[in-house]
Order: sequence, then C-alpha cells, then structure tokens
Amino acid sequence: MEATSLERTPLYARHVELGARMVPFAGYEMPVQYAGVIEEHRAVRTDCGAFDVSHMGEIHVDGPAAHAFLQEMLSNDLDKLSDGEAQYTLLTNEQGGIVDDLIVYRLAHGQYLLVVNASNRQSVYDWLKEREARGTEIRDTSDEYGLVAVQGPRSIERLGLPDRPAFTHELGRLDGIEVMVSRTGYTGEAGVELCCADEDAAALWDAVLARGATPCGLGARDTLRLEVCYPLHGNDITLDTDAISAGLGWACALETEFTGVDTLRRIREEGPERKLVPFVMEEKGIPRQGMPIEGGCEVTSGTHSPMLDRGIGMGYVPMTSAVPDTELEIDVRGKSRRARVVSKPIYRKEQ
Amino acid sequence: MSAAESYPDDLRYHPEHDWARVDGDEATLGITWFAQDALGELVHYEAPEVGSTVTKDQPCGEVESVKAVSDVISPLSGEVLEVNQKAVDEPEIVNEDPYSEGWLIRIRVSDSSEMDALMDAEAYRAHVAEQ
Repeated sequence: MEATSLERTPLYARHVELGARMVPFAGYEMPVQYAGVIEEHRAVRTDCGAFDVSHMGEIHVDGPAAHAFLQEMLSNDLDKLSDGEAQYTLLTNEQGGIVDDLIVYRLAHGQYLLVVNASNRQSVYDWLKEREARGTEIRDTSDEYGLVAVQGPRSIERLGLPDRPAFTHELGRLDGIEVMVSRTGYTGEAGVELCCADEDAAALWDAVLARGATPCGLGARDTLRLEVCYPLHGNDITLDTDAISAGLGWACALETEFTGVDTLRRIREEGPERKLVPFVMEEKGIPRQGMPIEGGCEVTSGTHSPMLDRGIGMGYVPMTSAVPDTELEIDVRGKSRRARVVSKPIYRKEQ
Repeated sequence: MSAAESYPDDLRYHPEHDWARVDGDEATLGITWFAQDALGELVHYEAPEVGSTVTKDQPCGEVESVKAVSDVISPLSGEVLEVNQKAVDEPEIVNEDPYSEGWLIRIRVSDSSEMDALMDAEAYRAHVAEQ
C-alpha cells in the first residue's frame, strides 16, 4: 500500500516525534511500537499505558426508532442498557456470521454511539444504512473524534478519575479537555477509553503522557488482548464464524429477535461442531495466524506472550479437543510443535 | 536494551543483513545491527542442527520477534559446528550484542572462495544506507 494513500489520526505527528515505528493498519498509518512491544506490554500490566485508537470508527444511531432498529441489528439485549452504560455486542448477518464486534453506548434516550473496528467502519456503516428503518438517523462521525485508550492497574489513579463500574461512561474533563470517559478497553486491565473532539486529541494525548502513561502501539495492543482471549475481528471472528462457536454466546440474547438469531439458536441447541479455544505452546516456537493445527483446523491468532514468555494463540478445534489440557500439534513452518488447550484467560494476574 | 548501530570492520557482510567472522577454515555467523533493529526484540531463535549443512544465500534458521519472523540467510556454506545456546535460550542477547555475545552459529567453511562475494564493512554500510 502506498504511504500516500493512508490516512493519519490527529496524533500522527506525536507518534513520529516519539520515534514510533509506523505501519499501515486498516487504512491508517499507525504506531506499531515506540520503545518496544514487550516493554509497552509490561507497562500496561503493571502500571499504565496509552494507545491511540483514533482509527476506530464511530457511528451514531439516533431517532425515535433507533432502539428498536439496533435491537434487531445487534446480538446483545439493548433493553438492558440505561443512559450512561455501554455493552459489548455483535453485528450479525443472516447466517449468524459476524459482521463486526463492537461496543454500543447509550448516550440518551434514542441516542446511541457504536464504536466499531477500524477495518469494518465502512462495512458496518453500509450494513446499517441498507437496513435503516424510518425514524433512525445513521451518521459515520469517525473523523470528528480522537480516541485514546488508557489502560493498566494505575490508570485511574494517574488520571485522577473516580472509580466507576466497567461498561459505564460519562462526560467529563481531563486537565481542561472535554472528554467522554468510558470504562472499557481491550487489554484485560482496568482503564478507560477517552473520546474527544478531533482537534483536542493532541492536547489530550499530551495530558495523558504527562500523567505518566507509557505510549503503547498496536503491537502491545495485540499481545495484551490475546493474553486475555479477546477475539479480533478478521482473525478469530469473521463473517464465516458464528458467535456460539467463538464462545461469544454470552453476548447474544437468543430470547430476542435479531439478524441470524434462528441459526444461532439452532447451533446452541445442537451444539457447535468446533470451538474457539486458547492454547499455550509447550515447546519453543511462536504460533501465527493461518498455521495448521493437526486435525484440519488452523491458528486464528498467535503471538509471543510477554507475561508467560512463550507462544500463545487461539484457534477453532473440534469439540472433542476443546477441553482444557488437550494436546494440540501445530505446524510451525513445517515443524510440528506441541501446544496445550487452556481455559480462558491465558494470562491471569495471580500468576 | 538494544545496542547502538555499528558494523565492525573485522566482519564480512551478506546483503541479507548477516555477518561472518572468519577464522581459518571456521566462521562465526550472526545477524547485523540493521537486521535486529528491523525485527525488534527477538523472542525466538530457531537454530539449525549441529552437524547439518548450511548453504550460502539459503536460510539457516529463523529469528522471530513478537510481530515478525525472518529467515537467517547464510553468508557462507559449511557444516554447523556449534549453535549459540545463549541465543536460543535468551534471544534478546542478539538485540543487545549482535556481533559478540549474540552470535548464532559457528561453521566449518566448505568453500573459502565464497568469501570474496561478501561485502566489507564500508560496502555494507553503503548498502544499509540505501535501505
């Protein structure tokens, strides 16, 4: 991809100044690392790290019919959401496949914000627009916002924020900058995602770093999420995988009516044929996406775990193998390497 | 901690960013500062077997960081006499000290004329500058 065709977030100049290694990701030029993936990863597990996630998509769905429309589009039960709350949910297709996984924020009665994966921003918008009901207004506002994730056990303290339950959000100020503070993240640690006006993003980033957060790139974001088994759309969940097999049944309110629910009910009833499981390498070698797992399956995500100091990954395996302690053989570039299925998450604090 | 950029004058270099330190009919091989910097912190080194044969311009192992894997290209042909177990056990040593503690393998050179095709430090520095 030509560098000139890539978009930049409002923090691009900051990343370059900090010496980040920039890579193309989902159409953006993004920092993959600053000081190093392992160091950044450890900062988030032990203290506090900051991520530019401004590339993610923001889609507003408003109007008197917004609730009914989204309840029909999204897998989780929107009725459970009050103002100031957020919910992990899936946008599903007729076959029960996953168009995207996202977080829906209820801003007010009839006002919802969807934060979607950067690589799916257009497909989610198109999907919703094609099905738009009378009484809803759908707007892609991604370019209007900067988004900074601040994650880690000391993040709340460093930002001087009050304690709040996970999956809640509120408007506030951080060092004078107006932000929407959401108790959400993609690392398995306490933390927030701070959404601000595009033009305030650089000031917000500076404020967060001044409070002691370590700048972290997409490399650490991936190792952190995989250690706690958060799926990545495009890898672990796709249009061709269903929520039940992916272990995301908890995010599907099968008693409600939404796109593809019949398929998901049938899979739940009959039991899936295969299941997405986490595994840890027993031998040297790092599993990578696409590597075959003996038995006809393949690795959907794989990396080196900085906390366990060994290879970890996820992949779909037959139900008979989807039991913790089952041994798997992974073909690491022609060499068979032993791995073991573990229970979620791969990494736990107590270890 | 990564080492500072350097390309010692006493080494011979392969364009695929590997080095050779020749001593009689034996050579010690490794990857250059440029190669380790491009990869980032190494977390795995897949070494060839002692006794196996490596061939000039062909892969003779893999070095892997959190994000990427890369073949190590052999600058010379020969038989593997020794593998640096420290690089296997603590691959970050290759980042910290790519030319000394972070060497990868020692070989018996089978064709000393192959050395003529390798670059000296000055030529390699020019090669890196073009990357």
